[in-house]
Amino acid sequence: MLSVTGVSKTFPGVRALSSVDFTARTGEVHALIGENGAGKSTLIKVLTGVYRPDEGQVTYDGSPVRFATPLEAQHAGISTIYQEVNLVPLMTVARNLLLGREPRNRLGLIDFRRMHRTADEALRGLGIRVDVRRPLRELGVGAQQMVALARAVSVDARVVVMDEPTSSLEPREVRTLFEVIRTLRERGIAVIYVSHRLDELYEICDTVTVLRDGKVVHTGRIADLDRLRLVSLMLGREIGVVRDEGLTKFTGSHDTAVEPVLQAEELTVRHLLDGVSVAVRPGEVVGLGGLLGSGRTETAKAIAGALRTDSGRVVVAGTTVRTGSTPAAIRAGISLLPEDRKAEGVLPGLSVRENIALAALPGLSRFGLVDEARIDRIVDTFMTRLRIKAAGPHQKVGELSGGNQQKVLLARWLAMHPKVLLLDEPTRGIDVGAKAEVQKLIDELADDGLGVLLISSDTEELIEGSDRVVVLKDGAVVAELTGDAVTEDRLMRAIATAPSASTAAGGPDD
Amino acid sequence: MTDLTLGRATADRDRLLRLLQEYGVYLGVVVLLLLNTVFTPHFLSAENFRTQAVQVAPVLIVALGMALAIGSEGVDLSVGSVMALSTSLLSLYLGYGAWIAVLAAVAGGIVVGVANGALIAFVGVQPIVATLALMVAGRGLALVLLPQLKDVRNPGMAELGSGDVLGVPYLVLIAVALALLVGFVVRRTTFGRQLLALGDSRPAARLAGLPVRRVLIVVYVCSGVLAAIAGVLATARLTASDPTSLGTLMELSAITAVVVGGTPLSGGRVRIGGTVAGAVLIQLLTTTLIKHDLPPSWTQIAQAVVIVLAVYAARERGKR
Repeated sequence: MLSVTGVSKTFPGVRALSSVDFTARTGEVHALIGENGAGKSTLIKVLTGVYRPDEGQVTYDGSPVRFATPLEAQHAGISTIYQEVNLVPLMTVARNLLLGREPRNRLGLIDFRRMHRTADEALRGLGIRVDVRRPLRELGVGAQQMVALARAVSVDARVVVMDEPTSSLEPREVRTLFEVIRTLRERGIAVIYVSHRLDELYEICDTVTVLRDGKVVHTGRIADLDRLRLVSLMLGREIGVVRDEGLTKFTGSHDTAVEPVLQAEELTVRHLLDGVSVAVRPGEVVGLGGLLGSGRTETAKAIAGALRTDSGRVVVAGTTVRTGSTPAAIRAGISLLPEDRKAEGVLPGLSVRENIALAALPGLSRFGLVDEARIDRIVDTFMTRLRIKAAGPHQKVGELSGGNQQKVLLARWLAMHPKVLLLDEPTRGIDVGAKAEVQKLIDELADDGLGVLLISSDTEELIEGSDRVVVLKDGAVVAELTGDAVTEDRLMRAIATAPSASTAAGGPDD
Repeated sequence: MTDLTLGRATADRDRLLRLLQEYGVYLGVVVLLLLNTVFTPHFLSAENFRTQAVQVAPVLIVALGMALAIGSEGVDLSVGSVMALSTSLLSLYLGYGAWIAVLAAVAGGIVVGVANGALIAFVGVQPIVATLALMVAGRGLALVLLPQLKDVRNPGMAELGSGDVLGVPYLVLIAVALALLVGFVVRRTTFGRQLLALGDSRPAARLAGLPVRRVLIVVYVCSGVLAAIAGVLATARLTASDPTSLGTLMELSAITAVVVGGTPLSGGRVRIGGTVAGAVLIQLLTTTLIKHDLPPSWTQIAQAVVIVLAVYAARERGKR
């Protein structure tokens, strides 16, 4: 139905896709999976006409095509449903469904009766029952997604692309969504399904294509691929090569009798986290493992007070910290290096000096007046200690390389003398040399007695860097690897085989 | 070869543009001064400079507060109404003495500032909407307190409005002192740094544990207080309280001064020197056109051109 052959796409500095072949067939649900940066979204954008490939051919319905705009692709019958619903919240369900194609009466005005009937029929056909006269925003996110889906199908779509459609749905809504997808399949529509939830993939998909580093590493029937193999393909790690114990460098050698400096207990956030508990001892690096969307970032944010929790508590060095408040967490000695360095970390328009001093500022001031000399000393110390490469302390942080930006952020937190460091993807998007440096720094910090919680999609980094690994899946802890069990093999097994705790929609094939 | 020259040309263009962004407003002031010296009769007189300075003082003071609000990635539209409220409170309490009256006026500015700040920081209303609400409410309250123009006959106020020290009017001295004070606060205090940080990136500032809400409230209180002071000074100069017309369109003049002065609307940067020069530039522009007997409509067109030029120069700054 819709296929690409030998497609390549290069962005400045990155080869996002290299000679990718991909085919979506009619009446088939095709899973497209891969970790962050594997090229999934680029491929989808090529398929839906947002990007044009540098090389290769897109074939639709047997003939080669070149979509100039997403609109052209839509008119040809390729619809995309994004994570965020892109409909008009204030209009009624029926109007949204038929937006731009409203039935007219003889006077050229909208024929509301006919519109409501058509809309109702379209939704019923998919087994969805809602009042089409209500404004869309009164519906739940799940129902809104269904309307988006119904709209996609009602414009005579022949290919439907779904980008993580279940990420904000309740289990019950997921069931409805799956029924709709089955209906689509029976109607002979090709569905491309992007998700990180393995249970869902095995339940609803027929075929699977795994992308890694812009290349297709596997494509075939999903039933022929066991979970462990799937995970190892995604992460790019071989299974079965059991490491010698001597090879794991950080075998829980740190004193296990010491009281944990950080204890997070039963953290729960609706849709995101389900009773996650993690403990970190001083001098210990605890890894948070799991696939994208498993709740790693959310756990870190909940501990740092940046994400409001429904229940659960955080204890630092014996004292309970008020959750949901960043300043309280920082005062208690928790520092978070956020995943999105550019948007949530650095202040790109301010200087290296201002960025480093930012959090510690109240401590570096007297009566609200900034003590410039003390700031200069601290900035100097950290720029030397962390080997920050900048033209000088007054250079704008936005002009630095990713690695140096990350070091500036580390310096900002180290100036606060934290007890616990939460590092969310500390080496993502920074070059190899700087990566090794940052990893070494993390080791040194742990040796100095800090408790470190490390999140990384780079399995090797996670395994090599951590003394213990807590494995998350669908927002719940499914395993904890300690001592000799801290191996990539065990990590992948834990991700692949652990039963999913939270999604009741989870596979009946378990 | 062509590429190379082209590359150099764009580099030069970039540098020129950056220089224009940084110092364009000062250049504008100098050019206008020179033009007027040559073409306007009696321009170079102490009396003329005094008049100009006295006229620009209230706008300048309001613009200082506006610069803070814009630096925090917000805006304060209620400043004109705060001036009106301030003048109403002033005449109302003048019977208790000049000092009490001035304090009452400033208190009015604080209250409006707290209301603005609370709406923005706690309720999460966008600054433009929150301050628009207070702009309407403030003017209404001012008119309830003092329905029409009232003469202000108080020796203290008269002295404030027309007195001077060594030939420099009090109004000008106060404006200069406030400009220096605000400049100092932005550069040297924790509050100033935190203001710039949250203007540059709100999510990053929040994750860095900054007291985002407190800083926002203080920003709008500062803006309210400065507008109230401007209201007092304007009243003293006019020797009358006129809540119907005092401060109308002041918010636009203040925003103009700030933007022309090179403070980006995207926040994260406050240029006090530039703001002062921006206010002066607009004042000189108006005077120049008036002195050459051009109709007021020309002044408005000239202002528009200056604003467009300033925004054009600032355009590239957004894409660092």
